[in-house]
Amino acid sequence: MQIATMYFKDRAQVKLNDELLQYNLKKSKGKFVGKRAEAIRELDDFEGTRTAAREIRQRVLDNLDTYLEIFEQNATARGATVLWAETPEEANRHVLDIAAKHQLKKAIKSKSMVSEESALDHAIEQAGLKVVETDLGEYILQINDYEPPSHIIAPALHKSKEEVSALFAKVHGTPPKTGIQELCGEARAVLREHYLTGDLGISGANFLIAETGSVMLVTNEGNATLCTTLPKVHVVITGIEKIVPTLEEASTLLRLLTRSATGQSITNYVDILTGIKGAGEYHGAEHMYFILVDSGRTRVLASEVREALRCIRCGACLNHCPVYQNIGGHSYGWVYPGPIGSVITPMFIGQEMAVDLPNASTLCGACGVVCPVRIPLPELLRKHREAQVKEDLRPWVERLGLKGWTWLALHPGLYGLATRIGVRLMKMMGGYEGRIHKLPLVGGWSDGRDLPAPTGKTFRELYAAKRRSA
Amino acid sequence: MKVGLLVTCLVDMMRPSIGFAAIKLLESAGCEVVVPATQTCCGQPGYNSGDRASSKLLAAKLVAEFEACDFLVAPSGSCSGMVKTHYPELFADDAAMLARVTALAARTYELTDFLLNVAKIQAVPGRFEGTVTYHDSCSGLREMGVKAQPRELLAKVPGLKLAEMTEAESCCGFGGTFSIKFGEISARMSDNKCQNIEDTHADAVVLGDLGCMLNIEGRLRRRGNETTKVLHVAQVLAGDTD
Repeated sequence: MQIATMYFKDRAQVKLNDELLQYNLKKSKGKFVGKRAEAIRELDDFEGTRTAAREIRQRVLDNLDTYLEIFEQNATARGATVLWAETPEEANRHVLDIAAKHQLKKAIKSKSMVSEESALDHAIEQAGLKVVETDLGEYILQINDYEPPSHIIAPALHKSKEEVSALFAKVHGTPPKTGIQELCGEARAVLREHYLTGDLGISGANFLIAETGSVMLVTNEGNATLCTTLPKVHVVITGIEKIVPTLEEASTLLRLLTRSATGQSITNYVDILTGIKGAGEYHGAEHMYFILVDSGRTRVLASEVREALRCIRCGACLNHCPVYQNIGGHSYGWVYPGPIGSVITPMFIGQEMAVDLPNASTLCGACGVVCPVRIPLPELLRKHREAQVKEDLRPWVERLGLKGWTWLALHPGLYGLATRIGVRLMKMMGGYEGRIHKLPLVGGWSDGRDLPAPTGKTFRELYAAKRRSA
Repeated sequence: MKVGLLVTCLVDMMRPSIGFAAIKLLESAGCEVVVPATQTCCGQPGYNSGDRASSKLLAAKLVAEFEACDFLVAPSGSCSGMVKTHYPELFADDAAMLARVTALAARTYELTDFLLNVAKIQAVPGRFEGTVTYHDSCSGLREMGVKAQPRELLAKVPGLKLAEMTEAESCCGFGGTFSIKFGEISARMSDNKCQNIEDTHADAVVLGDLGCMLNIEGRLRRRGNETTKVLHVAQVLAGDTD
C-alpha cells in the first residue's frame, strides 16, 4: 500500500473536522466496546485465558522456525504447496505465477490484510487479470477506487450506510436503497455471480495450524467459505507469524479472538481447510497454495518490539484507543492503524518514515489492558520512542528541552531558584483571570486550551517558610 | 510510620496547596510526614519521550532521597506509577540498583490508596456541599489500581454526592508532551472528557493527577465553562477547596 505515514498530523487534522466520520466512529465504538465487555463475561476466567493465549503465541514466536517447518511438512503431506516470500513483491509474484501456471483469469478474494501490505489487487490487475473483493467491507472499498481500509476487521467502518447506498447506486446502476438488509442483498446478488465465475480463490489466514497443515478462517459473511471451496485453486496469503501449534490451542485463541473483535461468542462461520480435495470429495480446491510472507516480520522478531508479533488481529486496541477513536484509521497512513499499527508500521516501512506514530499516544494503557494476547503496547510504543532518540530522529528543541530539564532537576538548588522565577512569571502571564491563553514554545497546548496559572510560590518555598516559622 | 511525600514537580510549581492537603491528610491518619528537600522530578518526561539515560539519572536521585522512608506516597498516580512500575524496568540490567529500586517500589503508593488501605483512615477532615464527578486518571487506574479508593474516601466527606460520568476511565488527552506535540488531537480528547463531565451537572470534577487537572481545567475554561470546579481529590478530602 502507498505509504502516507509521514502526513499523520495533517491527515489527523482533516479527520478531526470530518463530522460524518466523527459520527460514524462514535457509533461503531459504542457497539464494539459494549459488545466485547458483555462477551468476555461469558468466559469463566477471561484473564486466565488471556494468559494462556499469550503463552501459546509467545511459544510459537520463540520457536517459529520449528513450527513453520512442521506446518510446511503437514500442509505438503495433504497436497498443498508452501511458498515463501521475503518481500511483498515476492508474495505478489507467487500469486501471478500460480495464476499463469493454472491459466487462471479471475480471482475472488476474502479478507487479507497481508495482501494490503503488498497491494496484491493492483498487481493482479496490472497483470491483466480480474480480482473481486468479497468481504462486504473490502468490496465497498474496492468499488470506491480502492479506498484503503480504516480498521483491521471492519475495513469500511468509516462509511455510513448512506454513503454505501450512494456508492452502490452509482457503481451498480441500481436505484438507491435505504435499508441495510437491502444493501446487503444487492451486494450478495452482485457477488454471487463472481463466486460462480472465479477460478482463483485467495484468502488470508486467521491461524495456520501446524499439526494438521490447515488454515483457519473466521468470518461472518460466509464469503471465505465460497472463495476457498468453489474455485479450482485456493491461495492462502498470510504472515509467517500466524502459526498455532495445535487445533486445541487454536480453539483457545478463537475464544478470545471473536469476543475481543466483534464481541461475538463465535463468528457465523469458522472454516478449517486442510489440503486439497481428495478422491471422492465434493468440496475443496484442486490445488492449494500457502504463501507465507516475511515482509519485515523477522525484523520485528529480532527487535525490542517482538512481542507485537503475538497479535491475532482482533482490533480491540483500535476500538479502545482514544486517539484512534478521534481520528480514524486513515490518519495513520498505512495498512495497520491504531496502537498495534503504531508499533509494527515503523518496523515494516522504517522508523524514519513513521516518526509520528509511536508518539501519537498518551500511553493511557487502554490498549494493553484489552489485548487478548497481552501485548504490552504502551511499553512497545515507548521502545520506539527510545529508538527514535538513539537514531537522532527527534527535533533538537525537544532533545534540548529534555536535557535542560534533566540537568536542572539534578541540581536542586538551581531548580528551586528557576522554578521560583518561573512560577512568578507565569502568574503574571495569567493576569487577573489566573490563566494563560497563549504559551510561547508550547503553542500545541495553548491552541486548544488555557493553562491554569500557578499561584505564584512553589511548594518548596512555602514549605521551607512554614518550617522556619514553626 | 514515616511517610516520605513525593510532592511531584507539577504540584510544587502549579498547585502547592495540594501538597499541603496531602500532608494534612497523612498526618490526620497518624503518619509522620517527611518531605525530602532535594526532590525534584521523577524522570517521567524523559522516560516517556525515549530519553532513558536522563530518566535513569533522576530515578537514581529519587531512590536515594526516599529509601530511608517506610513509605513513598505521592498525590499522583502517574508519578507513583513511574516509581512503582517503571523504575524496576529502568534498572533491569543493574542488579545492585534493581534491588534498591524494587524495595522502594514495594513501598510506593498513590495517596488515596495509601490512606485507605495502609493508613486505614477512618474519617477525613473535609466537607463539600454539592455534587462531584470523578475522573480516573490513566496511570492511577491502570498502573496503580486506583479506582475504588478515591470513591470510598469521597463517600466519607460530609455533604458530598458523587455522580459518575460516562467513560470516566477514558483518557483526558493530556499524555505529557503528547498534549504539546499533538495539540489538536489532545484538545479533542479533552473536549470529549469535558462534555462527559458537563453532562453530569456536577459542581466539580475531582481527580488525582495534576497533569489531567490542568488539561481538563484548561479545556473547560477555553470552551467557556467558568463554573465547573476542577479539584484534586486531596483538596476535597482535606477540606481545602477554595
